Amino acid sequence: MTIPSEYYLILSAILFFIGIFGFFTRRNLISLLISTELMFNAVDINFAVFNAYSHTDYLEGYIFTLFGIGIAAAETAVAIAIIINVYRNMHTIHIKKLRELKH
Amino acid sequence: MNYLQFLSMTPEISLLGVFVMIFLFDLVATGRYRRIFHGIVCLLLIAHTYICITSGEEQTLFGGMYYNNPMISFVKALLTFGTLLVILQAHRWLRGSYTYYKQGEFYVLMLSTLIGMYFMMSARHFLLLFIGIELASLPLACLVAFDKYRHNSAEAGIKYILSSMFSSAIMLFGISYLYGITGTLYFDDMPTILTGTPIHIFSLVMFFVGLGFKISLVPFHLWTADSYQGAPTVVTAYLSVISKGAAVFTLFVVLTKVFSNMVPQWQTLLYILTVASITIANLFAIKQHNIKRFMAFSSISQAGYIMLAVIAGNAKGMTAMVFYILVYIVANLAVFGVIESIEQQTRHGVRRETINGFYSTNPRLALLMTLALFSLAGIPPFAGFFSKFFVFMSAFDAGFWVLVFIALINTVISLYYYLLIVKAMFITPNEHPVQKIKCDLYTRLSLVICFAGIVLLGICSIVYINIDKLAF
Repeated sequence: MTIPSEYYLILSAILFFIGIFGFFTRRNLISLLISTELMFNAVDINFAVFNAYSHTDYLEGYIFTLFGIGIAAAETAVAIAIIINVYRNMHTIHIKKLRELKH
Repeated sequence: MNYLQFLSMTPEISLLGVFVMIFLFDLVATGRYRRIFHGIVCLLLIAHTYICITSGEEQTLFGGMYYNNPMISFVKALLTFGTLLVILQAHRWLRGSYTYYKQGEFYVLMLSTLIGMYFMMSARHFLLLFIGIELASLPLACLVAFDKYRHNSAEAGIKYILSSMFSSAIMLFGISYLYGITGTLYFDDMPTILTGTPIHIFSLVMFFVGLGFKISLVPFHLWTADSYQGAPTVVTAYLSVISKGAAVFTLFVVLTKVFSNMVPQWQTLLYILTVASITIANLFAIKQHNIKRFMAFSSISQAGYIMLAVIAGNAKGMTAMVFYILVYIVANLAVFGVIESIEQQTRHGVRRETINGFYSTNPRLALLMTLALFSLAGIPPFAGFFSKFFVFMSAFDAGFWVLVFIALINTVISLYYYLLIVKAMFITPNEHPVQKIKCDLYTRLSLVICFAGIVLLGICSIVYINIDKLAF
């Protein structure tokens, strides 16, 4: 018995919106990063599911997933490097304190 | 698979060659060779621009993933030219004690974003498009955070990269649904299936967010002001013209190629965003006292004007858009060149009060800045008037009279805040105006090119006619 694809899509949609919710409500830079990672993972699930259930002729969806994972990792690396920079300069990574600009 | 295909991607291969040469030079050069580094980079970029312009035959590679034609080559050359101007202006900043030892990194990062933009514009497949967009925005985040010992730069960098990740995740979600609906990622196969049902509109909107962020249209503009203000001035200049120009062109291509059966839907979307961008950015710009922040809001409203050309969605719109990007590059880079010079002189951020009485000490720079601001506002003899005129014409012909009317009203509002700067420079008295600035040779060269562009581009109709011949 196979699981219908809708279940996966609902899972990925929930994951995606948890990510969006977290992005808007969290107050720590690392948490924001984790939220965006959740969103990227939701997208990866989507691609794999569409490829496995609907469009089985080519592997486009799987390949896209691989690239998505790789690029998300690269983005995280850059973001963490910048977060370390922020921490060295301001000794905090709480976004309420990041208010130097605007003045 | 025919591996010789790679060699047919002339602009990318040539830029990659420049990239590798600069990288190796940075590794091996020492002592007095480092002093000519900047000159070598500029010469390489000039040669590369020439290759770009001449390599304009139409070709489709990798089974339709990559497409190049004279127009795309021209825009690539245009963006390279803009990058060249930015690098020319960066000379004095790169000589500074904090940046001197990472001069090579600056060029390398900048060129890798440029390669990403090339791929964005040439992509005819969503995977290539996605890689291009990420390649264009990741090194840019490093560039924004380049001055890492200043608080602001890191703060601007983190704001940029987090909003970039957020928006590209949303865009990917849209692309995944497009893939689920159509079963393909090639642009050419999609339009027949996308007809405008709710799920199609949903994926269109989700996709739009990613590019809307890069263009900084209004609901996605919140990162703009902070990142522009905190980034090093040359990087701000780069962000505001080059990255924006590439994203606008890409948006045009995607909307007309992929969503060609959903024209009313994306026109409605663009309509709302254009009105919002122009109006809201104009109102916010009036309040700004920091000049870089002010230019950020000005660039949001300029993005709104470019959208008038995209909304037309035909060959005429494309001509108007590319011409607008060209004029916008010279005018905006002139303003940023002057700001950069003042910043290098005073060592502080430039506020509107800083440049009070600027004319009395630096008449030529003040005059150039005035002309550039007039061009941005669209006052007749300068290039900005003509570019705005063509953009309005293309939207008008497509039937958007009300939109053009709203844009016209906003042009008048924008004139007010551009003139505030001019007034500060010429009329407002100041006890201690900025000292006489002595620009270095490179900056002077770039400012002269910008000046020539502002004055001549509009009058020499041959430029517009030639772009018009290339449009597709």
